[in-house]
Amino acid sequence: MADNHFDAIVVGSGISGGWAAKELTEKGLTVLLLERGRNIEHVKDYVNATKAPWDYPHRGSKTQQMIKNYPVLNRDYPLNETNLDYWTNEQESPFTEIHRFDWFRGYHVGGRSLMWGRQSYRWSDLQFEANAKEGIGVDWPVRYAEIAPWYDHVEKFAGISGSKEGLAQLPDGQFMPAMEMNIVEKDLAARFNEHYKSHRKMIIGRTANITEPLPGRTNCQYRDKCWLGCPFGAYFSTQSSTLPAAMATGKLTLRPWAIVTQVLYDKDKKRATGVEILDAETNKTYTYTSKIVFLNASTINSAWLLMNSATDVWPDGLGSSSGELGHNLMDHHLGVGAFGKIEGYEDKYYYGRRANGIYIPHFANLFGDKRGYIRGFGYQGGASREGWDRDIAELSVGLELREALSEPGQWTFGMGGFGETLPYHDNKVTLDKTRKDKWGLNIPAIDAVLRDNEFKMRKDMQGDAIEMLTTIGVKDVQGFEGNAVLGRGIHEMGTCRMGKDPKTSVLNKWNQVWDAPNVYVTDGSFMTSANCCNPSLTYMAFTARAANHAVDELKKMNL
Amino acid sequence: MQRREALQRVAVLVGGTVIGAEAFLSGCKTPPRKEGLFYDNDVALMDEIGETILPAGGGVPGAKDAKIGEFMKVIVTDCYTPEDQDVFTKGLKAMRDAQFMDLTPQQRHDLLVKLDKEARDPKYNDKNKHYFKMLKQLTLWGYFSSEPGATKALRYIETPGHFDGNLPYKKGDKAWAT
Repeated sequence: MADNHFDAIVVGSGISGGWAAKELTEKGLTVLLLERGRNIEHVKDYVNATKAPWDYPHRGSKTQQMIKNYPVLNRDYPLNETNLDYWTNEQESPFTEIHRFDWFRGYHVGGRSLMWGRQSYRWSDLQFEANAKEGIGVDWPVRYAEIAPWYDHVEKFAGISGSKEGLAQLPDGQFMPAMEMNIVEKDLAARFNEHYKSHRKMIIGRTANITEPLPGRTNCQYRDKCWLGCPFGAYFSTQSSTLPAAMATGKLTLRPWAIVTQVLYDKDKKRATGVEILDAETNKTYTYTSKIVFLNASTINSAWLLMNSATDVWPDGLGSSSGELGHNLMDHHLGVGAFGKIEGYEDKYYYGRRANGIYIPHFANLFGDKRGYIRGFGYQGGASREGWDRDIAELSVGLELREALSEPGQWTFGMGGFGETLPYHDNKVTLDKTRKDKWGLNIPAIDAVLRDNEFKMRKDMQGDAIEMLTTIGVKDVQGFEGNAVLGRGIHEMGTCRMGKDPKTSVLNKWNQVWDAPNVYVTDGSFMTSANCCNPSLTYMAFTARAANHAVDELKKMNL
Repeated sequence: MQRREALQRVAVLVGGTVIGAEAFLSGCKTPPRKEGLFYDNDVALMDEIGETILPAGGGVPGAKDAKIGEFMKVIVTDCYTPEDQDVFTKGLKAMRDAQFMDLTPQQRHDLLVKLDKEARDPKYNDKNKHYFKMLKQLTLWGYFSSEPGATKALRYIETPGHFDGNLPYKKGDKAWAT
């Protein structure tokens, strides 16, 4: 076998790409895993993972120079001194914003699996059926029963901690023991669940932080430094989890610095034959061939790659025949919720930094609840005691101030909503042929806005939060609203939606490009709707299912 | 130099500090050197301001032990916008003009209490900032995130190892640094 030929090529090494590489190699395929950025080796390259706050020159904050270099990242929390190297260089890789879109990227081995929020939730048929029932977009070609075994599969391997709740809208899974709520959260949750009965529930977050050891991984040590890379391998990332499994097969070749510029397509066979890459360090072009190609470059970049491929057959790129490639871009809208104070519990505190919180799953427009918009939202939040950064108006300066701030303050509780965004054809990614990146490649242009349904929902996301917190006894409840902008959820999805009809979707139900069945797209691109919960677990499950399908199809000589 | 030695000798002879000697001396020195935004004695000034806001005592180090002056210099230089730098450096000038370094600890304390009150006036906000709010915020942040502040005034455990959501707490127990 030539050293540029593989059974499968996987483009992108983030959450879904890592899964594709693992599943395909474990089923015996030789796999080339391509990553456009540098390598980051597990543990060894987590250079800041054991630093203390005082080890950073600016204590983790951002400098004016950083703001200048990272104007997009600066729009929200990701711009910081502690893991700056994990975020994409915006000068080298610009993108065009027709409307503001906060695109926060990670171009390196592991992608955003290193920095992700780790909240992991299953979808139910209430979400898979919603498009069909409401006439939105196209129907999902998949139902829960089909994907449930794959949720089982990925949860067991990734390690998801959580509690079994028996909720129709948020199916239980193969959980490790749940993390614990703190005493205030426990009491508030008890009051909440008593008041709202079965329709609304406050539960502990389900997170890809393991609470029991897995091979090669130690259970969570409650450091809350996940996004620096975990030296214990305690949260799921490509590095801690799927990459070592794929490497162990001896069938994986990992190639960093490989910007895939096009999927090569044989129009006679109607199959992809491989990919062309640009070496990001040397600017040299290489070609790799394979029987199948998995695209896991992240939603916007997978669409971008397809738009640059097979343009001699389809001017708008491989997968564009439906007219939906790059369209229906979705995210979750957030930055809205409420917070307040908790009376009492002065004799209670907590030990350990739990990188998780409470979760209130989707309830709006479910179980007889009717709103003036469709779909819904969930909340993430938690209770904690105030720290030194609180204001003590009666103590201005001096020893008493220092001593007072050395003790924890009042308990507070806050939560923020994650709202569903509908798939609008007009929310889209296109190629900006007027601008180029450092490598001379045309860059993506993002044209997406929140619309009426989302804005109406946001009013409830704040109003319901205020009402619920007040109801369960939180004091001085205040709502907050800001950041009504797409991208900030860092849950981009939908640019290659799957469907039942090649005329209205880019992918079939197995994540295969209708026009090139040996090309599978299994990152967030395939999502036909967005739901309101964190999507990565669903990407994992569909990726594992697609890999299994691809290997079966190869055996049957169908690809 | 000779004048300083002479004055010190006078001080020894009369058995005490010469009132006004510092002012006399500084009046005769060449102007302090400015590098970037700060004069070379500004770090010492910011150290003393910080120490007045969060003093040492009871076996716990204060802001000066956390090198708060150096911290402020770095943050204001690297992280502040030019507009905020302007507010801050003008504020520092006001502190120099108030002869902060020559004040007794009690006078320093009283001055900062007054400034804290002034800075709380609603006319000051994100658009119209008061320099004292900056000094205080920098002191709190720099101190509690420093090694002495995080480990002596607060508790810091690099790797907690487990989580307990119902830890008994009694008044006086320190807060977690992070």
